[in-house]
Amino acid sequence: MKVSSRCLGPFAVGACEATIAKGMYYMADQAHAAPESGSAGGTRREFLYLMTASAGAFGVASVVWPFVSSLNPSKDVLALASTEYDFGAVQPGEGVTIKWQGKPLFIRRRTPEEIAKAKEADPTVDPKDPTKVIANPAGLRDPQTDAARVQKAEWLVLVGVCTHLGCTPQGEKSSEMRGEFGGYYCPCHGSQYDTSGRIRKGPAPLNLAVPPYTFTSDTKVKVG
Amino acid sequence: MSVGSAILKLATAALGVAAVAFIMAEPGGHLDIPQQKWSFDGFFGSYDRTDLRHGFQVYSEVCSGCHSMNLESYRNLEEIGFTPDEVAAIAAKVQVQNEDPNDQGEMFERPGKASDHFKAPFPNEQAARAANNGALPPDMSLLAKSRAGKGFGGYNGADYIYALMHGYSEPPADVKLNPGMNYNKYFKGHQIGMPQPLQDNSVTFADGAPATLDEEAKAIATFLTWVSESNLEQRKHTGLKAMLFLVAFTLLAYAAKRKVWKHVH
Amino acid sequence: MSKHFNNPVIRWIDHRLPVFSYLDHEANEYPTPKNLNYWWNFGSLAGFMLIAMIATGLFLAMQYTPHVSLAFNSVERIMRDVNYGWLLRYLHMNGASMFFIVVYIHIFRGLYFGSYKAPRELLWQIGVVILLLMMATAFMGYVLPWGQMSFWGATVITNLFSAIPVVGDKIVTLLWGGFSVDNPTLNRFFALHFLLPFVILGVVILHIIALHRFGSNNPIGIDTKGKQDTIPFHPYYTTKDVFGLGIFLLFYAFWVFYFPNALGDPDNYIPANPLSTPEHIVPEWYFLPFYAILRSIPNKLAGVLAMGAAIVVLFFLPWLDRSPVRSGTFRPVFKWFFWMLVFDCAMLMFIGKNPPDWFWQPFAFHVTPSEELVAAAHVPDADSLWSVTFAGGTLGIRILFLGQLATIFYFAYFLIVLPLLSIFETPKRLPLSISEPVLKGGGHAVAHANSKPMEKA
Repeated sequence: MKVSSRCLGPFAVGACEATIAKGMYYMADQAHAAPESGSAGGTRREFLYLMTASAGAFGVASVVWPFVSSLNPSKDVLALASTEYDFGAVQPGEGVTIKWQGKPLFIRRRTPEEIAKAKEADPTVDPKDPTKVIANPAGLRDPQTDAARVQKAEWLVLVGVCTHLGCTPQGEKSSEMRGEFGGYYCPCHGSQYDTSGRIRKGPAPLNLAVPPYTFTSDTKVKVG
Repeated sequence: MSVGSAILKLATAALGVAAVAFIMAEPGGHLDIPQQKWSFDGFFGSYDRTDLRHGFQVYSEVCSGCHSMNLESYRNLEEIGFTPDEVAAIAAKVQVQNEDPNDQGEMFERPGKASDHFKAPFPNEQAARAANNGALPPDMSLLAKSRAGKGFGGYNGADYIYALMHGYSEPPADVKLNPGMNYNKYFKGHQIGMPQPLQDNSVTFADGAPATLDEEAKAIATFLTWVSESNLEQRKHTGLKAMLFLVAFTLLAYAAKRKVWKHVH
Repeated sequence: MSKHFNNPVIRWIDHRLPVFSYLDHEANEYPTPKNLNYWWNFGSLAGFMLIAMIATGLFLAMQYTPHVSLAFNSVERIMRDVNYGWLLRYLHMNGASMFFIVVYIHIFRGLYFGSYKAPRELLWQIGVVILLLMMATAFMGYVLPWGQMSFWGATVITNLFSAIPVVGDKIVTLLWGGFSVDNPTLNRFFALHFLLPFVILGVVILHIIALHRFGSNNPIGIDTKGKQDTIPFHPYYTTKDVFGLGIFLLFYAFWVFYFPNALGDPDNYIPANPLSTPEHIVPEWYFLPFYAILRSIPNKLAGVLAMGAAIVVLFFLPWLDRSPVRSGTFRPVFKWFFWMLVFDCAMLMFIGKNPPDWFWQPFAFHVTPSEELVAAAHVPDADSLWSVTFAGGTLGIRILFLGQLATIFYFAYFLIVLPLLSIFETPKRLPLSISEPVLKGGGHAVAHANSKPMEKA
């Protein structure tokens, strides 16, 4: 008495109940079990089908993976993931915009006044855990100390994408609008950032992002 | 089925297989390119890293004077065993044109980066031909794949390149060389525009290995095969896993099929 | 006949859109002859290959650029830089060959077992339409990498349309979108190559619907008489098809992973150059028989018509072969001719690969350029050589002549042999039904004098 495999799974139809019941009856009654339909034969068969189906599923999954993986950035795209820039020509108070991973990157050389202004608005943080903010006198929406956002105080490296809806803020060149806080001003909806790139006014929720970077020499920085 | 009909079918099948073998074989007039044993042959082959490094040296010191390799990037050299710093140094040795102009609108040159493609020796085809007697030295990115013998089981591109390097000689008495041409036993038509590029000690290998013509030819053939087919090792490795899985799966499927069909047979 | 499903979600959907009932019917109730042999696996393998080609092709299309200056390099970028790009490309490239192998075997199965006979004539013709669509798709797909063979193969084949009288040149200009194969041609070939597989998918659905109208043919060609002759498709043929798929995938994987370029032409790894023609312009192996037929007739228009006729003749097969016996199993003379046709098609493949003015020297296992025999025979030129010659010291047959013989046999099979066999062949005795020989333990049951007369197709 074989239990048809179509009686397994979500597509089982009503008639299968009788079949399964009969199968169970036979499995229980060893004395009447024909050699072929013994419980051992039945479960061995189901095991074989399960093994084959599982192997098939594993095969399908291993074939799907390369397809999905091909959508990830390819090697030539990854090779351009980091950019090196020589900033030797940038004057204090000036900034340059370069392209990094398809996005604008701000590199600004800050004057001592700009650095001081940034530090003035610093929140007080727990020295043991800099992410824990104890006091925020300037009312920063996204409280961060200036020191946490730069490696060398003179050099501000930021991703030039407004955290509101993605426009490019103005302010890299001293001829552009820098807003009330002397940092950056986003013309789309009026978000204003300070000299540390922190959001001070306007709809943006977060500070301008700081990308991963290292100084490879006194005049070169590698971003990404 | 009767014996006669079985024999007929078998004979036809055999003839069909022979026909297919013929189909796959190269049409006549072939040059008898001898086949070598390569480290990357066979189901488990891989590229010999020493040959690859030697080959890169041969390319950069000899071939790159005339032959471009536009589809290869300096960063690919990390697969041969160069460190990222070594790769950056190799790239920085050349000056390449920057993608964008400067702020004055002029194009300018800068040192190469790992992400750049190999710099071509000539800016365009016309300049290459002008420098080479009207002949165009072919780009080497796919040379090994494009010079393989047609068909199944024939010589591969590495065999051809290796043979070509050894094929230079004085022309036999009945062959008159056209001006500017050189005699090569393995080149189609036997007259090739390229003068013999490699001799013993054309390069000095960085690891001190002897640089005989044979070693140089083997090195450049391996290197050019790697440039054409860098997926080879991953491909054969994945192939092994795929075949093992498929054998296991087919056996399981066969057992399941027999089980299902037991009562019908 | 809606079934009562146990799962309530499935019941809800099925009541409104009876897809589950339909699938359940097709899988579990659809009666399939119980004696199908492994030659019947190739239909499902073809369906699998269609899906595989669409999947790989889709992901390749995400990375490919259909412009003459960028196409070749975009394919190489896929091979070198895209994660598993080499795998996608080799699966698609070798998949085309696998698809044709499977479909050709599927067609020869139909030819041998009389699957094209009533009432399956339309099923057969829909299949021929699928073959034509596949050939168009494959031809355009080969152009996309923009290698030397891509370009020159496209040039040769599109030029054939100029053979059409009066409007030929205008049609070719329309096809090209210019004065030669160039960017407009490439771009439209890409668009059409992307579209046609979905058209094929639609026609395949029609093909299956037509099949299910009367059910599958079977190796002895005798209609099923009742439940004793049939078994449900699931689980019998599902498990058999899965097993067959495993064997096939081993074959496919062998090419993809170990000999990915053996079925192709190395010249296609040279970027297309309109100013430099390759020495031998050869299509992919699956087009070689038709290429041979094309070249066997010296007149351009006649050659094109012959090549087209080679496929069109298949449309008329149900009316060319009117033998009341379906299966070749019971047609002893037909069997000989069938295998000769198989051999003939293999020879046409061989002929298509080689230049027509060269000579096949069978006992030397060699195909020799005509220049060598011209020198050996001391004749002024290749045209002075006879089509059958001993000039090279052994028997040599001109490829062109061989091709003409093979073409004549190909058409003779369909237009002369089959109609004559329909009238004159004495078939072997047919069993009464599918079950009968099996019940009696093999061999043919002989129809008794007082039982029904010989089974008609």
